[in-house]
Amino acid sequence: MERFLRLSGRVAAMPAANIDTDVIMPKAFLKGIDRSGLAIGLFHDLRFDENGAVRGDFILNRDDMATTRFLLVGPNFGCGSSREHAVWGMLQYGIRGIIGSSYGAIFADNAANNGLLLLSLPPEQVAALVGELDDRAGDMTVDLEAQRIEAGGYAGDFDIDPAARRALMLGLDRIGETLTHAEQIRAFEKSYLGRKPWLMNAGSDEP
Amino acid sequence: MSAPKTLYDKIVDEHRILSFGESGGAGERLLLYIDRTVLNEYTSPQAFSGLREAGRTPWRPAASLGVVDHVNSTNPDRNAGHLDDGARRQIEYLGENGRDFGIEIFDLFDPRQGIEHVVMPEQGLVLPGMVIAAGDSHSTTYGAFGVVGFGIGTSDIEHLLATQTLVYRRLRTMRIAIDGMLAPGVTAKDLIMEVIRRIGADGAAGHAVEFAGTAIEALGVEARMTICNMAVECGARVALMAPDDKVIDYIAGRPRAPSAALLAQARSEWQALRSDPGARFDKDVRLDAGEIPPMVSWGTSPDQSLAITGVVPDPDELPLERRADAVRAMAYMDLAPHTPLQDIAIDRAFIGSCTNARLSDLRDAARILKGRKVAPGVRAMISPGSSGVRRAAEEEGIDRIFIEAGFEWRRSGCSLCLAMNDDSLAPGERCASSTNRNFEGRQGIGGRTHLMSPAMVAAAAVTGRLADVRTLAAEGAA
Repeated sequence: MERFLRLSGRVAAMPAANIDTDVIMPKAFLKGIDRSGLAIGLFHDLRFDENGAVRGDFILNRDDMATTRFLLVGPNFGCGSSREHAVWGMLQYGIRGIIGSSYGAIFADNAANNGLLLLSLPPEQVAALVGELDDRAGDMTVDLEAQRIEAGGYAGDFDIDPAARRALMLGLDRIGETLTHAEQIRAFEKSYLGRKPWLMNAGSDEP
Repeated sequence: MSAPKTLYDKIVDEHRILSFGESGGAGERLLLYIDRTVLNEYTSPQAFSGLREAGRTPWRPAASLGVVDHVNSTNPDRNAGHLDDGARRQIEYLGENGRDFGIEIFDLFDPRQGIEHVVMPEQGLVLPGMVIAAGDSHSTTYGAFGVVGFGIGTSDIEHLLATQTLVYRRLRTMRIAIDGMLAPGVTAKDLIMEVIRRIGADGAAGHAVEFAGTAIEALGVEARMTICNMAVECGARVALMAPDDKVIDYIAGRPRAPSAALLAQARSEWQALRSDPGARFDKDVRLDAGEIPPMVSWGTSPDQSLAITGVVPDPDELPLERRADAVRAMAYMDLAPHTPLQDIAIDRAFIGSCTNARLSDLRDAARILKGRKVAPGVRAMISPGSSGVRRAAEEEGIDRIFIEAGFEWRRSGCSLCLAMNDDSLAPGERCASSTNRNFEGRQGIGGRTHLMSPAMVAAAAVTGRLADVRTLAAEGAA
């Protein structure tokens, strides 16, 4: 996954509460067996009408927003379904960071696993950033190393979970990392299942 | 003596292999052993492809079960149902992955097929004290058994398959204590909808919620599953209930349940699965079950709901921060402020989903439908939660009640809950639905969803409008 260190780009505000993953990636785009082709699905039913025509009033469709890198969002963004397609689509579209006050928990884990930066700021700070935008759009810089965010006349520090920050900055192979502990996993499993034999799957587990 | 612990922390501690980062600090992560998972055809494919690309194999194949549920048709004739090319490919790939990696799959024609969260408990695969993570947000359902169950994305499915673990961040804890008795006509669905309305769609964000109190103890295991299932709609990552004898009785004798001898061995450990007296929760919420009415949703977020006796709210009377969302939801739902909910006419009625399609849900709805007919102009469908539930209902004769009332007696699957198959609402259609999400477009582009209990769906179906099940129950069969 791509590392995130410092990035500048266009930011679009979508301040409604509870924007769910059904809206972020509608069901029509969930029928693949690979991760490709999801940029078109991102916010599809907000970007296009029933006949496939572009909705000119949707913020990402505006001429000045063609290369949006950040979204400034309302509370509980990404709630609902676990579909990781929402995060894949975000990155394939070109969105690299989301700034809001709270997120759906599975969406947040999916973002972390794919290198999509999520910042959780106090609601006042999100409101201050929205206040810097001109008609819901502007330019933003996020410096993950310095933990600093700038937009228009606003500049401020942010807190981020240290483990999440490290993973974003290093772009780690998580499974490979975990498998360096394979011996400990195996030893734990042997002792644990030995203590609780009812946990073996009746009919199919090896004793 | 050690400090009193919550049930959640006990189960997490029991599954902790090692810790990364500063212990107890913000950056702490646990390597957590996962007992079981269930895989579906739409969130697992890329996880298997990831394993193949990296040359990895599943750590413990017997800890996984695959079930086809999201994309399949619910056409009564399994061979005649419409499958698009994508759905067909996903179903085939799940089967191929099962064969190549030694994972058991319940495919479309398997008599045990059904919605994953119905099938797992039905098979006896969900046991107290487990951690079960799966690629579906409604994996919280398993909390009814005293299980830490939670949804994960596809990258974490791949991690789980490859290592039998997840890198885990411990949650904060919340206790929701519900004492008193539910009134007649009021169900577990109404209870959880009231909880969600009360605390909001993100009210339990970042928390493991333990449901407690006499109202929970009085409920059957299936009703408890409804509550834990839908707790994710108020942001709960985990929902938990202390297991009791009802849970152990529910498990005993199921196809994959441990033998009687092993159950006897497990029993004393399971009985200790409860929060210690004096355990501290980060948040405490209390409700009186007796005050909860039958609920319906009016908006496009599960917290936008009200008592069936209420009227559509006036945005100007709502707290400032909720107004813009309410205006948008009302425009989408085509509802005007102050409209009595019982004046809202419906086009469709649906009973199904991992929230409310177990045998007890079907019985609840059938009691209302017996001797009544679906109102003219309403299309009503029932999709039992599993093929097993469908057979059990047929053995009881419940299928006849639904069919005689005018319901379509469908096969099992997620179906119209999220409309990934050929069941969907047409734009503008309004549906009384026993499902879990009323999001924009959830049941079809432009479709309008009102969430409620199965009995309330039955009441709406025969009335042609949203209706108070208590009125129909009092009238008895017409």
